[in-house]
Amino acid sequence: MSSTSRARLGEEVWKLRTDKINAELVTLTYGSVVAQLCKDLDGDYAEVNKQLDKMGYNIGLRLIEDFLAKSNMQQKCANFRDTADVVSKVGFKMFLNITPTIANWSSDSKQFSLLFDENPLADFVELPDDGKAQSELWYSNMLCGVIRGALEMVQMSVDAHFVSDVLRGNDTTEMRISLIRYIEDEMPQDDE
Amino acid sequence: MAKKEQASCSSTANLQPTLSQPHPSAASAAPASPQARFRYLATMVVYAVLILNKAGGLIYQRDFNPGLQKLSSNDYLILAGTFHGVHAITSQISPTNDSASSGLEVLESENFVMRCFQTLTGTKFLVFAEPRQPNLDVVVRRVYELYADYVMKNPFYQIEMPIRSEGFDRHLTSYIKPHQ
Repeated sequence: MSSTSRARLGEEVWKLRTDKINAELVTLTYGSVVAQLCKDLDGDYAEVNKQLDKMGYNIGLRLIEDFLAKSNMQQKCANFRDTADVVSKVGFKMFLNITPTIANWSSDSKQFSLLFDENPLADFVELPDDGKAQSELWYSNMLCGVIRGALEMVQMSVDAHFVSDVLRGNDTTEMRISLIRYIEDEMPQDDE
Repeated sequence: MAKKEQASCSSTANLQPTLSQPHPSAASAAPASPQARFRYLATMVVYAVLILNKAGGLIYQRDFNPGLQKLSSNDYLILAGTFHGVHAITSQISPTNDSASSGLEVLESENFVMRCFQTLTGTKFLVFAEPRQPNLDVVVRRVYELYADYVMKNPFYQIEMPIRSEGFDRHLTSYIKPHQ
Protein backbone atom coordinates (compact mmCIF):
# COMPACT_ATOMS: atom_id res chain seq x y z
CA MET A 1 0.00 0.00 0.00
CA SER A 2 1.51 3.30 -1.03
CA SER A 3 1.79 6.35 1.13
CA THR A 4 -0.91 8.22 -0.76
CA SER A 5 -3.38 5.38 -0.59
CA ARG A 6 -2.78 5.25 3.16
CA ALA A 7 -3.60 8.93 3.37
CA ARG A 8 -6.77 8.24 1.40
CA LEU A 9 -7.66 5.34 3.67
CA GLY A 10 -7.21 7.50 6.75
CA GLU A 11 -9.41 10.17 5.22
CA GLU A 12 -12.08 7.66 4.28
CA VAL A 13 -12.25 6.00 7.68
CA TRP A 14 -12.38 9.39 9.37
CA LYS A 15 -15.17 10.62 7.12
CA LEU A 16 -17.33 7.56 6.76
CA ARG A 17 -16.72 5.20 9.63
CA THR A 18 -15.97 7.28 12.70
CA ASP A 19 -18.49 8.61 15.16
CA LYS A 20 -17.58 12.20 15.95
CA ILE A 21 -17.96 14.01 19.22
CA ASN A 22 -17.42 17.56 20.19
CA ALA A 23 -13.70 18.40 20.26
CA GLU A 24 -14.07 20.63 23.30
CA LEU A 25 -15.45 17.73 25.28
CA VAL A 26 -12.32 15.72 24.50
CA THR A 27 -10.02 18.62 25.27
CA LEU A 28 -11.74 19.42 28.54
CA THR A 29 -11.99 15.78 29.62
CA TYR A 30 -8.32 15.21 28.96
CA GLY A 31 -7.46 18.48 30.61
CA SER A 32 -9.34 17.65 33.76
CA VAL A 33 -7.67 14.22 33.93
CA VAL A 34 -4.22 15.79 33.74
CA ALA A 35 -5.11 18.58 36.16
CA GLN A 36 -6.56 16.12 38.66
CA LEU A 37 -3.47 13.94 38.43
CA CYS A 38 -1.24 16.94 39.08
CA LYS A 39 -3.35 17.76 42.11
CA ASP A 40 -3.55 14.21 43.47
CA LEU A 41 0.14 13.61 43.02
CA ASP A 42 1.01 16.92 44.59
CA GLY A 43 2.88 18.30 41.64
CA ASP A 44 5.11 15.27 41.20
CA TYR A 45 5.20 15.72 37.42
CA ALA A 46 7.45 12.74 36.74
CA GLU A 47 4.78 10.58 38.33
CA VAL A 48 2.05 12.38 36.38
CA ASN A 49 3.89 11.60 33.14
CA LYS A 50 4.14 7.99 34.20
CA GLN A 51 0.45 7.71 35.05
CA LEU A 52 -0.58 9.34 31.78
CA ASP A 53 1.64 6.92 29.89
CA LYS A 54 0.11 4.00 31.76
CA MET A 55 -3.43 5.14 30.98
CA GLY A 56 -2.50 5.59 27.35
CA TYR A 57 -0.97 2.13 27.28
CA ASN A 58 -4.23 0.60 28.45
CA ILE A 59 -6.10 2.59 25.83
CA GLY A 60 -3.69 1.48 23.12
CA LEU A 61 -4.15 -2.20 23.92
CA ARG A 62 -7.86 -1.78 23.20
CA LEU A 63 -7.81 0.86 20.54
CA ILE A 64 -5.70 -1.26 18.19
CA GLU A 65 -8.63 -3.62 17.65
CA ASP A 66 -10.88 -0.74 16.68
CA PHE A 67 -8.17 0.55 14.39
CA LEU A 68 -7.76 -2.79 12.64
CA ALA A 69 -11.48 -3.46 12.41
CA LYS A 70 -12.32 -0.05 10.97
CA SER A 71 -9.33 0.42 8.70
CA ASN A 72 -9.63 -3.11 7.33
CA MET A 73 -5.86 -3.52 7.29
CA GLN A 74 -4.91 -7.12 6.89
CA GLN A 75 -1.33 -6.89 5.74
CA LYS A 76 1.47 -6.56 8.18
CA CYS A 77 3.73 -3.59 7.61
CA ALA A 78 6.81 -4.64 5.67
CA ASN A 79 9.15 -2.49 7.75
CA PHE A 80 9.23 0.15 10.45
CA ARG A 81 9.01 2.98 7.94
CA ASP A 82 5.66 1.61 6.79
CA THR A 83 4.56 1.40 10.39
CA ALA A 84 5.41 5.07 10.92
CA ASP A 85 3.42 5.98 7.84
CA VAL A 86 0.37 4.02 9.01
CA VAL A 87 0.54 5.46 12.53
CA SER A 88 0.57 8.98 11.19
CA LYS A 89 -1.71 8.83 8.15
CA VAL A 90 -4.27 6.27 9.26
CA GLY A 91 -4.02 6.02 13.04
CA PHE A 92 -3.80 9.65 14.07
CA LYS A 93 -6.07 10.63 11.20
CA MET A 94 -8.93 8.38 12.18
CA PHE A 95 -8.81 9.05 15.91
CA LEU A 96 -7.77 12.70 16.16
CA ASN A 97 -8.14 13.97 12.59
CA ILE A 98 -4.52 15.09 12.50
CA THR A 99 -1.59 13.81 10.46
CA PRO A 100 1.66 14.39 12.32
CA THR A 101 4.73 14.80 10.14
CA ILE A 102 7.28 12.01 10.14
CA ALA A 103 10.84 13.29 10.41
CA ASN A 104 14.35 12.69 11.70
CA TRP A 105 14.80 9.05 10.80
CA SER A 106 17.83 7.45 12.39
CA SER A 107 20.23 5.84 9.94
CA ASP A 108 19.19 2.31 10.93
CA SER A 109 15.50 3.16 10.34
CA LYS A 110 14.58 2.21 13.87
CA GLN A 111 13.83 5.65 15.28
CA PHE A 112 11.73 8.50 14.01
CA SER A 113 9.97 11.60 15.24
CA LEU A 114 6.38 12.65 14.91
CA LEU A 115 5.99 16.42 14.64
CA PHE A 116 2.59 17.66 15.76
CA ASP A 117 1.58 20.84 13.96
CA GLU A 118 -1.65 20.75 15.87
CA ASN A 119 -2.61 18.86 18.97
CA PRO A 120 -6.31 18.70 19.82
CA LEU A 121 -5.52 17.58 23.38
CA ALA A 122 -3.60 20.74 24.13
CA ASP A 123 -5.93 23.43 22.79
CA PHE A 124 -6.43 26.26 25.31
CA VAL A 125 -3.76 24.84 27.62
CA GLU A 126 -1.21 26.90 29.49
CA LEU A 127 1.02 25.01 31.88
CA PRO A 128 1.00 26.12 35.53
CA ASP A 129 3.51 28.71 36.54
CA ASP A 130 5.11 26.87 39.45
CA GLY A 131 8.59 26.72 37.99
CA LYS A 132 8.45 22.95 37.57
CA ALA A 133 5.64 22.14 35.17
CA GLN A 134 7.31 23.95 32.29
CA SER A 135 10.32 21.70 32.52
CA GLU A 136 8.90 18.46 33.89
CA LEU A 137 5.35 17.86 32.70
CA TRP A 138 4.72 16.30 29.30
CA TYR A 139 1.12 17.33 28.98
CA SER A 140 0.15 14.99 26.12
CA ASN A 141 2.09 12.02 27.46
CA MET A 142 -0.94 9.79 27.13
CA LEU A 143 -0.34 9.67 23.37
CA CYS A 144 3.03 7.99 23.96
CA GLY A 145 1.35 5.27 25.97
CA VAL A 146 -1.32 4.76 23.33
CA ILE A 147 1.30 4.19 20.66
CA ARG A 148 3.33 1.88 22.88
CA GLY A 149 0.26 -0.20 23.78
CA ALA A 150 -1.14 -0.36 20.28
CA LEU A 151 2.13 -1.36 18.63
CA GLU A 152 2.82 -3.93 21.31
CA MET A 153 -0.39 -5.72 20.30
CA VAL A 154 0.89 -6.01 16.74
CA GLN A 155 4.21 -7.51 17.82
CA MET A 156 6.32 -4.39 18.10
CA SER A 157 7.98 -3.34 21.31
CA VAL A 158 8.65 0.39 21.10
CA ASP A 159 9.65 3.28 23.28
CA ALA A 160 7.80 6.56 22.81
CA HIS A 161 8.44 9.84 24.58
CA PHE A 162 8.13 13.55 23.96
CA VAL A 163 11.30 15.51 23.40
CA SER A 164 9.73 18.93 22.94
CA ASP A 165 6.36 20.58 23.36
CA VAL A 166 5.10 23.98 22.27
CA LEU A 167 3.38 24.23 25.65
CA ARG A 168 6.85 24.41 27.19
CA GLY A 169 7.86 27.17 24.82
CA ASN A 170 9.64 24.90 22.32
CA ASP A 171 9.23 25.58 18.61
CA THR A 172 7.70 22.21 17.85
CA THR A 173 5.89 19.39 19.55
CA GLU A 174 7.98 16.33 18.85
CA MET A 175 7.54 12.73 19.91
CA ARG A 176 10.41 10.30 19.47
CA ILE A 177 9.53 6.68 18.74
CA SER A 178 12.13 3.92 18.79
CA LEU A 179 11.71 0.31 17.85
CA ILE A 180 13.16 -1.90 20.57
CA ARG A 181 12.39 -5.22 18.91
CA TYR A 182 9.82 -7.24 17.05
CA ILE A 183 8.06 -9.63 19.39
CA GLU A 184 8.33 -13.06 17.83
CA ASP A 185 5.68 -15.67 18.37
CA GLU A 186 6.82 -17.77 21.23
CA MET A 187 7.20 -21.29 20.00
CA PRO A 188 6.63 -24.03 22.55
CA GLN A 189 9.75 -25.74 23.79
CA ASP A 190 10.67 -28.95 22.03
CA ASP A 191 9.59 -31.94 24.08
CA GLU A 192 12.49 -34.16 23.15
CA MET B 1 -23.98 -36.91 -3.39
CA ALA B 2 -24.93 -35.02 -6.52
CA LYS B 3 -28.56 -35.52 -5.74
CA LYS B 4 -28.07 -34.20 -2.26
CA GLU B 5 -26.36 -31.07 -3.50
CA GLN B 6 -29.18 -30.43 -5.90
CA ALA B 7 -31.69 -30.75 -3.14
CA SER B 8 -29.92 -28.27 -0.94
CA CYS B 9 -29.41 -25.94 -3.88
CA SER B 10 -33.11 -25.82 -4.58
CA SER B 11 -33.82 -25.00 -0.98
CA THR B 12 -31.43 -22.06 -1.21
CA ALA B 13 -32.45 -21.14 -4.76
CA ASN B 14 -34.44 -18.14 -3.64
CA LEU B 15 -31.45 -16.60 -1.99
CA GLN B 16 -28.92 -17.20 -4.75
CA PRO B 17 -29.95 -14.27 -6.96
CA THR B 18 -30.06 -11.81 -4.09
CA LEU B 19 -26.70 -13.00 -2.94
CA SER B 20 -24.95 -12.93 -6.27
CA GLN B 21 -26.44 -9.69 -7.54
CA PRO B 22 -25.18 -7.20 -5.01
CA HIS B 23 -21.80 -8.84 -4.90
CA PRO B 24 -20.16 -7.56 -8.12
CA SER B 25 -21.54 -4.09 -7.67
CA ALA B 26 -20.48 -4.06 -4.04
CA ALA B 27 -16.98 -4.98 -5.08
CA SER B 28 -16.71 -2.10 -7.51
CA ALA B 29 -18.51 0.46 -5.38
CA ALA B 30 -17.68 1.63 -1.88
CA PRO B 31 -17.79 -0.84 1.04
CA ALA B 32 -21.15 -2.56 1.37
CA SER B 33 -23.65 -0.54 3.34
CA PRO B 34 -24.96 -1.96 6.61
CA GLN B 35 -28.28 -2.60 4.92
CA ALA B 36 -26.62 -4.66 2.22
CA ARG B 37 -24.88 -6.68 4.88
CA PHE B 38 -28.16 -7.34 6.62
CA ARG B 39 -29.64 -8.53 3.38
CA TYR B 40 -26.99 -11.24 3.17
CA LEU B 41 -27.83 -12.40 6.60
CA ALA B 42 -31.56 -12.39 6.20
CA THR B 43 -31.21 -15.69 4.37
CA MET B 44 -27.96 -16.94 5.79
CA VAL B 45 -27.77 -19.55 8.48
CA VAL B 46 -24.88 -19.04 10.86
CA TYR B 47 -24.54 -21.91 13.29
CA ALA B 48 -22.03 -20.60 15.76
CA VAL B 49 -19.35 -18.05 16.52
CA LEU B 50 -16.16 -18.79 18.43
CA ILE B 51 -13.46 -16.37 19.50
CA LEU B 52 -9.95 -17.52 20.44
CA ASN B 53 -7.41 -15.36 22.19
CA LYS B 54 -3.86 -15.22 20.95
CA ALA B 55 -2.78 -18.09 23.17
CA GLY B 56 -5.44 -20.36 21.69
CA GLY B 57 -7.78 -20.14 24.66
CA LEU B 58 -11.49 -20.05 23.95
CA ILE B 59 -12.89 -16.74 25.14
CA TYR B 60 -16.30 -16.83 23.48
CA GLN B 61 -18.60 -19.51 22.16
CA ARG B 62 -22.18 -19.14 21.14
CA ASP B 63 -24.64 -21.15 19.06
CA PHE B 64 -27.15 -19.21 17.00
CA ASN B 65 -28.95 -21.85 14.99
CA PRO B 66 -29.34 -25.58 15.49
CA GLY B 67 -27.18 -27.67 13.19
CA LEU B 68 -24.03 -28.31 15.15
CA GLN B 69 -23.50 -30.91 17.77
CA LYS B 70 -23.56 -29.59 21.29
CA LEU B 71 -20.22 -30.12 23.01
CA SER B 72 -19.30 -29.96 26.64
CA SER B 73 -17.47 -26.82 27.67
CA ASN B 74 -14.30 -28.84 28.09
CA ASP B 75 -14.60 -30.17 24.55
CA TYR B 76 -15.00 -26.65 23.22
CA LEU B 77 -11.75 -25.73 24.92
CA ILE B 78 -10.06 -28.74 23.34
CA LEU B 79 -11.52 -27.84 19.95
CA ALA B 80 -10.18 -24.31 20.27
CA GLY B 81 -6.75 -25.44 21.38
CA THR B 82 -6.54 -28.01 18.61
CA PHE B 83 -7.59 -25.53 15.98
CA HIS B 84 -5.05 -23.07 17.30
CA GLY B 85 -2.34 -25.68 16.83
CA VAL B 86 -3.50 -26.66 13.37
CA HIS B 87 -3.66 -23.02 12.37
CA ALA B 88 -0.12 -22.45 13.61
CA ILE B 89 1.11 -25.42 11.60
CA THR B 90 -0.70 -24.38 8.44
CA SER B 91 0.75 -20.90 8.67
CA GLN B 92 4.25 -22.35 9.03
CA ILE B 93 4.00 -24.92 6.26
CA SER B 94 2.91 -23.30 3.07
CA PRO B 95 2.93 -24.84 -0.41
CA THR B 96 3.85 -21.48 -1.92
CA ASN B 97 7.21 -19.79 -1.70
CA ASP B 98 5.66 -16.88 0.09
CA SER B 99 6.66 -17.47 3.69
CA ALA B 100 3.99 -15.18 5.10
CA SER B 101 1.03 -17.55 4.94
CA SER B 102 -2.15 -16.53 6.67
CA GLY B 103 -2.80 -20.13 7.71
CA LEU B 104 -6.05 -22.03 7.48
CA GLU B 105 -8.92 -19.73 6.53
CA VAL B 106 -11.76 -21.87 5.25
CA LEU B 107 -12.79 -25.36 6.18
CA GLU B 108 -15.60 -26.89 4.17
CA SER B 109 -17.40 -30.10 4.75
CA GLU B 110 -20.64 -31.60 3.61
CA ASN B 111 -22.51 -30.26 6.60
CA PHE B 112 -20.93 -26.95 7.40
CA VAL B 113 -18.40 -24.37 6.38
CA MET B 114 -16.06 -22.71 8.83
CA ARG B 115 -14.42 -19.40 8.18
CA CYS B 116 -11.45 -18.32 10.29
CA PHE B 117 -10.20 -14.78 10.47
CA GLN B 118 -7.07 -14.00 12.41
CA THR B 119 -6.49 -10.37 13.24
CA LEU B 120 -3.02 -8.84 13.25
CA THR B 121 -3.14 -8.92 17.04
CA GLY B 122 -3.49 -12.71 16.97
CA THR B 123 -7.14 -13.05 17.99
CA LYS B 124 -9.05 -15.59 15.91
CA PHE B 125 -12.70 -15.39 14.93
CA LEU B 126 -14.39 -18.57 13.77
CA VAL B 127 -17.79 -18.55 12.12
CA PHE B 128 -19.59 -21.80 11.40
CA ALA B 129 -22.38 -21.68 8.83
CA GLU B 130 -24.40 -23.72 6.39
CA PRO B 131 -22.31 -25.04 3.49
CA ARG B 132 -21.89 -22.95 0.33
CA GLN B 133 -22.52 -19.62 2.00
CA PRO B 134 -20.85 -16.78 0.15
CA ASN B 135 -19.64 -13.64 1.88
CA LEU B 136 -18.75 -15.29 5.14
CA ASP B 137 -15.64 -13.12 5.16
CA VAL B 138 -17.97 -10.11 5.41
CA VAL B 139 -19.76 -11.69 8.35
CA VAL B 140 -16.57 -12.48 10.19
CA ARG B 141 -15.24 -8.94 9.66
CA ARG B 142 -18.43 -7.53 11.05
CA VAL B 143 -18.17 -9.77 14.09
CA TYR B 144 -14.67 -8.35 14.58
CA GLU B 145 -16.04 -4.80 14.44
CA LEU B 146 -18.66 -5.65 17.05
CA TYR B 147 -15.93 -7.19 19.20
CA ALA B 148 -13.77 -4.09 18.86
CA ASP B 149 -16.73 -1.94 19.89
CA TYR B 150 -18.57 -3.84 22.57
CA VAL B 151 -15.82 -5.94 24.08
CA MET B 152 -12.55 -4.05 23.75
CA LYS B 153 -14.05 -0.64 24.45
CA ASN B 154 -15.63 -1.79 27.67
CA PRO B 155 -13.14 -0.49 30.22
CA PHE B 156 -13.94 -3.29 32.64
CA TYR B 157 -13.26 -6.08 30.18
CA GLN B 158 -9.96 -7.79 30.95
CA ILE B 159 -8.01 -8.44 27.80
CA GLU B 160 -7.54 -12.11 26.85
CA MET B 161 -10.18 -13.22 29.36
CA PRO B 162 -13.52 -14.90 28.55
CA ILE B 163 -16.12 -12.49 27.19
CA ARG B 164 -19.23 -12.01 29.27
CA SER B 165 -20.83 -8.99 27.73
CA GLU B 166 -24.52 -8.53 27.38
CA GLY B 167 -24.09 -5.75 24.85
CA PHE B 168 -21.90 -7.89 22.64
CA ASP B 169 -24.34 -10.80 22.85
CA ARG B 170 -27.25 -8.56 21.96
CA HIS B 171 -25.60 -6.89 19.00
CA LEU B 172 -24.20 -10.14 17.70
CA THR B 173 -27.63 -11.76 17.88
CA SER B 174 -29.35 -8.89 16.12
CA TYR B 175 -26.71 -8.98 13.41
CA ILE B 176 -26.75 -12.72 12.87
CA LYS B 177 -30.47 -13.26 13.37
CA PRO B 178 -32.01 -9.95 12.34
CA HIS B 179 -35.54 -11.27 11.91
CA GLN B 180 -35.97 -13.37 14.96
